[in-house]
Amino acid sequence: MKLFCVGLSHHTANVETRERYARKSDEALCEETGCAEALLLSTCNRVEVYGVADRAIENDRFAHYLTTKDAAAPPNDLTAFYRYEGDECLRHLFRVASGLDSMVVGETEVLGQSKQAYETARTNGNAGPCLHRLFQRAFRVAKQVRTHTDITRGAVSVGSVAVELAGKIFGELSRRKVLVLGAGETSERTARALVSRGVTDLRVSNRSGVRAESLAALVGGRAVPFAGWEEQCREIDILISSTAADEPLLTREALAPILSERWDRPLFIIDIAVPRDVAPDVNEMEGVFLYDIDSLQSIAEQSLALRRQQVAIGEQIIAEHVADFGAWLRRATTAPRRSGDAAHPPLTEAPLRTSES
Amino acid sequence: MDRLFLVASALCFLLAVVRTVLLIRGDVFRPGRSNFLAIAGGFALQTAFLWLRGNALGRCPLTNLFEVFIFMAWSVALIYMVIGPTYRLSLMGAFTAPLVLLIQTFALLAPIDRPSVAKIAVNPWLEFHASMSIVAYGAFALACVAGLMYLLQERQLKTHQLHSVFHHLPPLTDLFAAITRLLWLGFGLYTAGLISGFFTGQPLPRLKIACAIAVWLFYGALLQGRHLFRLTPRHVAVLCVVAFSAAVSVLWAITFVSERPA
Repeated sequence: MKLFCVGLSHHTANVETRERYARKSDEALCEETGCAEALLLSTCNRVEVYGVADRAIENDRFAHYLTTKDAAAPPNDLTAFYRYEGDECLRHLFRVASGLDSMVVGETEVLGQSKQAYETARTNGNAGPCLHRLFQRAFRVAKQVRTHTDITRGAVSVGSVAVELAGKIFGELSRRKVLVLGAGETSERTARALVSRGVTDLRVSNRSGVRAESLAALVGGRAVPFAGWEEQCREIDILISSTAADEPLLTREALAPILSERWDRPLFIIDIAVPRDVAPDVNEMEGVFLYDIDSLQSIAEQSLALRRQQVAIGEQIIAEHVADFGAWLRRATTAPRRSGDAAHPPLTEAPLRTSES
Repeated sequence: MDRLFLVASALCFLLAVVRTVLLIRGDVFRPGRSNFLAIAGGFALQTAFLWLRGNALGRCPLTNLFEVFIFMAWSVALIYMVIGPTYRLSLMGAFTAPLVLLIQTFALLAPIDRPSVAKIAVNPWLEFHASMSIVAYGAFALACVAGLMYLLQERQLKTHQLHSVFHHLPPLTDLFAAITRLLWLGFGLYTAGLISGFFTGQPLPRLKIACAIAVWLFYGALLQGRHLFRLTPRHVAVLCVVAFSAAVSVLWAITFVSERPA
């Protein structure tokens, strides 16, 4: 019995190619490909089949299975496909589950998707004892990598950096008041990110009242008149500014009387506008935390760099598990199955460990 | 003999400090159980010392400056272990261990472990007064630690220089809430200690009373400062550090006066 992985990912195929092979259903996977056990992991960045078979199965068989029905004339481009067997397959799966192989290194969404893929394969009867143990181990490895490295640490996009900073200033965000000044795309994304973290009091102000109403409806907030935005600063905790103004809208002189009324509450200002809406020296004022687009991007890049540094530590953890699990796999797949053979590890199926979810 | 427990205890705190320094230097700061366990070990050894010393004296071991400092270090560790996990201030251990180590090392090295000149009869009010006051100092010490954590986090947020420790420090609002609670806890204990001092039935040196009331007033003003003087959270954090430094100096003065032969 051989363990292998066949698939394509953002490393080897562009989105058009990945779309052609983005089949989601794995009900007939074993039947159509001839695998003893098989699991389909299909995400926006990768489509992979993990299989166990007693004979070699060509890549084109999997490519044929994965081709979506509505794909226009598949060019049979198998060069985008990779194939890993034995220990290489283990290493690849452990890297995928740990987020080391992801486009954004350290992202954790792929672990949830892997668990979902495993659960689907188990429900459909495609995952047997070998894949069961393999994926249980992969989830364990992912957890260990996440716990023992800083691979998931820090936000890596402007929106998520803003949310992380807000969390570090205010803690719980559900009772915080947010004002979105201007209605740009980045401010919309940032506002959405804050709403996803529990913000419920979100106000939108724009020179165009219609645009403000429209954005407010999109992000679940309410529009407030642009003329009174400075008054709003007395109440709010977070200001997201992205207007097209040529001169700074908010200066030390304008903010000083407002701050004197809210001396014990911090004010977090996210200035995404270019040119900037808020004078840089506002950051020197007591209780004000001002971040412009460059500083947010710089933090995102720092986090990405930190994550990349951590990859080597993650690889070490993975290497240990590959050696250990590989040895078990070789014993399990080569030793003759005899009843009462103590050297042969049992391939028993245990329930899915939800504690790692 | 009992000092050996303190040396072992200091080593436990040193272990926690070294681990923290190494992690910070490696830029992979991650608070774990080991810090808490090292502090718990140090605390257990401190307790053993105080128990032995208390048995030998036949009273609460607060008869000289050395014992006062050790009792205070013990109080800091005790309150950290109660407060830290409750308020999810796991990182506080990284800041608490150096403080306890500093107090304890100073107490061990300085020639201050001298038997009390005056034979003081066992007096429950006196023991209550002394122990409450010192435990209050423990709470003020932790408020000082939380203040330092606040200032560090605030500095990182202001300068946009986010180090590994940033991700492990609690939010500013949580830290400020912890500072306020610790100040109230310390203030309550100190008030109880102060009032009980008047029931000891012993003559009270004027300087001692003046210093104790000065500390009490300072912390009272600090607690009300937010409303009375519009102190910002950062100002409160700074004052927590200043207040504790001043309070320790006053404690020294009070004890020095008490130990001086009349």
